[in-house]
Amino acid sequence: MSITRTDVEHVANLARLELSEQEKEQFEGQLNAILKYAEKLNELQTDDVEPTTHVLPVYNVMRDDAIRESVSNETALRNAPEDEDGQFKVPAVLE
Amino acid sequence: MFEPNKYETVVGLEVHVELHTKSKIFCGCSTSFGAPPNSHTCPVCLGHPGVLPVLNRQALEFAMKAAMALNCQIADVSKFDRKNYFYPDSPKAYQISQFDKPVGEHGWIDIEVNGRTKRIGITRLHLEEDAGKLTHIDGGFGSLVDFNRVGTPLVEIVSEPDIRSPEEAKAYLEKLKAIMLYCDVSDVKMEEGSLRCDANISIRPYDQEQFGTRAELKNMNSFRGVQRGLEYEEMRQADILDSGGKVVQETRRWDETQGKTFTMRSKEEAHDYRYFPDPDLVQIHIDDEWKARVRASIPELPDARKARYTAEFGLPSYDAEVITASKKLADFFEESLQYTKDAKSVSNWIMGDLLGYLNAGGLELEDIKLTGQGLGEMIGLMEKGTISSKIAKTVFKEMLETGKRPQQIVEEQGLVQISDEGAIAEVVDRIVSANPQSVEDFKAGKEKAIGFLVGQVMKETKGKANPALVNKLLLARLNQ
Amino acid sequence: MALFDLRLQEVHNQLKKKELSVADLVDASYSRIAATDDSIKAFLTLNEEGARAAAADLDKALAEDGEQGLLFGLPAGIKDNIVTEGLLTTCASQFLRNYDPIYDATVTKKLKAAQSVTIGKLNMDEFAMGGSNENSSFYPTRNPWNTDYVPGGSSGGSAASVAAGQVYFALGSDTGGSIRQPAAYCGIVGLKPTYGLVSRFGLVAFASSLDQIGPLTKNVEDSAYVLQSIAGYDPNDSTSANVEIPDYVSALTGDVKGLRIGVPKEYLGQGIDPKVKEAVLAALKQFESLGATWEEVSLPHTEYAVATYYLLASSEASSNLARFDGVRYGVRADNPDNLLDLYRKSRSQGFGPEVKRRIMLGTYALSSGYYDAYYLKAQKVRTLIKQDFDNVFQNFDLIIGPTAPTTAFPIGEQVGDPLTMYLNDICTIPVSLAGVPAISVPCGFADGLPVGLQIIGKAFDERTVLRAAHAYEQHTEHHKQRPRL
Repeated sequence: MSITRTDVEHVANLARLELSEQEKEQFEGQLNAILKYAEKLNELQTDDVEPTTHVLPVYNVMRDDAIRESVSNETALRNAPEDEDGQFKVPAVLE
Repeated sequence: MFEPNKYETVVGLEVHVELHTKSKIFCGCSTSFGAPPNSHTCPVCLGHPGVLPVLNRQALEFAMKAAMALNCQIADVSKFDRKNYFYPDSPKAYQISQFDKPVGEHGWIDIEVNGRTKRIGITRLHLEEDAGKLTHIDGGFGSLVDFNRVGTPLVEIVSEPDIRSPEEAKAYLEKLKAIMLYCDVSDVKMEEGSLRCDANISIRPYDQEQFGTRAELKNMNSFRGVQRGLEYEEMRQADILDSGGKVVQETRRWDETQGKTFTMRSKEEAHDYRYFPDPDLVQIHIDDEWKARVRASIPELPDARKARYTAEFGLPSYDAEVITASKKLADFFEESLQYTKDAKSVSNWIMGDLLGYLNAGGLELEDIKLTGQGLGEMIGLMEKGTISSKIAKTVFKEMLETGKRPQQIVEEQGLVQISDEGAIAEVVDRIVSANPQSVEDFKAGKEKAIGFLVGQVMKETKGKANPALVNKLLLARLNQ
Repeated sequence: MALFDLRLQEVHNQLKKKELSVADLVDASYSRIAATDDSIKAFLTLNEEGARAAAADLDKALAEDGEQGLLFGLPAGIKDNIVTEGLLTTCASQFLRNYDPIYDATVTKKLKAAQSVTIGKLNMDEFAMGGSNENSSFYPTRNPWNTDYVPGGSSGGSAASVAAGQVYFALGSDTGGSIRQPAAYCGIVGLKPTYGLVSRFGLVAFASSLDQIGPLTKNVEDSAYVLQSIAGYDPNDSTSANVEIPDYVSALTGDVKGLRIGVPKEYLGQGIDPKVKEAVLAALKQFESLGATWEEVSLPHTEYAVATYYLLASSEASSNLARFDGVRYGVRADNPDNLLDLYRKSRSQGFGPEVKRRIMLGTYALSSGYYDAYYLKAQKVRTLIKQDFDNVFQNFDLIIGPTAPTTAFPIGEQVGDPLTMYLNDICTIPVSLAGVPAISVPCGFADGLPVGLQIIGKAFDERTVLRAAHAYEQHTEHHKQRPRL
């Protein structure tokens, strides 16, 4: 498998990155090199191997349904690039 | 024009139900509705750098309970996955949801339409977190985000494409709502957004085996809206097919005021959610003991109750359906039966006077003061002959408004029925003497005249006279 | 400088005897920073006002004979991907250059409880992605042993600061070697605990299934003290292990008799600097002379570890870093045309090239049609790599090898060649994938630059790892060497 310029653009769009032409070219080459290297993994037969999501055998971690104090509106908005009326402001979402 | 004989409609519904836990699914913020914007948030639900989710046990058990009530198989091993997409109401830019190991799968519910029972398959029920709320500033100057709702636990219930008409869709939603209320896992209020429904709809000629191209319908804000939206959409699609066109796969928005659907995303943006197991959460292993414990918490469900009401109390199927559609109403019904044995009478009062009153006022059962006990006791008083059915209407009205016990109302207002023959005879004598014309009419064969005389007696006794006795004594007097 | 060479107990004794105050320690820290950080560039943010106030409080508590925390009064540096309320936490990224945290990480709280003093926030590769600190979007940290060389990464600021004697200890984070490799390059001790031993709550996530916080210290004893203070189950971290925390300091008995050590041939093979190999073999000899035994073993899937790691870590990172969207915090691009433009511009302006590269790789690996071939495949190979370790640990107590195949390299040498850079982590990545603990301790020098010895243990067996590292350290002088600055 190899990555084309169109793939790079598609992936950049999914990741919400705006790439310059130079970056696109660079990433196309580098990602191809990395993925070619990753093809090494296909040397291994893994049909009967369970995937590891967690190295520890931990399961059923849950908390009780108890309310904990929330932060103030002021704290919630402390880092907001833009806010209005106690809410986070973004450019108009059209739908 | 949509001709039901020409095209068959195929509908599948995706319903989101908010679970009414006290706190959010992955943090301790309150889930209560209607707080000032961004006052029920914390670093976790705001998606600050470095935060981690911890699953609310109650949310999971509510989801298990709901899945069981929908006859789903419960997973032995379940897990959470990330659904990646950017949107301002999604603070982490991924939603924690379930991809390939949902809490429940392969369920079904029975609905009743036009007296026929039909089984609708449930593909899956999975647990996920709700998004925040976006509001738009007038004039397109921007949008505002309130994250109070983000992290409210949701179950998404996906039906099989087994629904064949807008009416069935509405019946399915009503049944789903009833089951959720019985299980006490959600408030299920569509107007508050605690139940939301998207629909996939396609039509096909009857002789065609494969499904037609579907449209995904959004923004229906009531059950009625779902039905209307689907009705509009079957018509729209039929018009396209009739004129030789092709239905386009797209997402459409229902506009309630215009009564039409409009294209939202004409060309489906290539959604690629890049699901993968959330490494911040661990697997859920659900053993039989746990399943049994949750199952034991499910009360008798509407179908079972309905069957019992028709078999045990002889209620008409329709009445049983209406009463069991709401757990509160069914509980009210059963409470009444602790005070009277006359189930049919209780049912009649509920179906007639009570629901009439609620519907007229747009009220819910919890908005009024009448209790099941009150109704049962009132019917008991009728059975004993203490009050007449006519007086019962007065008592009932008083109970609705004040919540007083019927005995108290009867005593305070002196409404006890007069069954003393002597006392009634006295009044009858007086009325007969005072209305010679009516007596003459009666004797001349105008049987109707007796009605007037009965009315006069009742008026004189302020409605308290036992109507049967009045009739009997009046007839005896007139035929003397 | 000499002040920070005192053993922890000695510092505490002097504090008790009033020969020393916490204010003195904090002064020493800031003086040293003033004298050296222009050339080292270890710090991104200093907490001078906060630290002096904290020192005053601690000195007051000391005067009142209050109960003392395990790390009482010790000047600490914290890697800038660990969240500190009220103290900027930037992850060395332009995107978060103004991020003022509204909460404390669990380890931050634990340090407060142990009563250390936070001196400031330490430089790193942006979002912990890198092994040289050259990916800091502010400035690269330099190796105190030779400022033309990298300090390693991503916890390069933490390692350099400890090596330069600016702080008594530092916290770092390790995803594929980010504590151990810079510790090796800077000639100090760096411990990556078992995955799940230290809470990740408040560690800005790079690769959630691998990230782990750990101490960077001048010696093994300090490492044990710091680990003691930060380890433990955290109900806010679902992946945190609910295990009893043993006494780490008491494990430092100096006795390694009978310990069975496995030495993976794959770690001493192709690509290793002969001088590094020599130092490692000398260390093994030392262990032998102390009564331990060693023999060569094989971790056969080692050659697949780097590919596995980059697929898994980048995939998780692509999702973890999606929250940096310019809506709730961080830097928002000026005058976006619309929402999509806001996302794209804010992220493109906020992230550096390595971060973008990994987001691209991870997004691709998770995207429709490729998930099974890349992400799922890598998770399966991860299982095989973990099994390699399980197999060796059936017969051995520890695995020992180099921390990195080479010593530090000159700044700028490997920029633009990501794959070569990734291969520097060949000895640390498998350990991260297996989730087991490992420590890097100084074991000599090659051409004037420190060499690190990696001691790897069984899951939750930090006691044996620390015991071996400490015994070795007691019989060598490498850890006493200090860079001349």
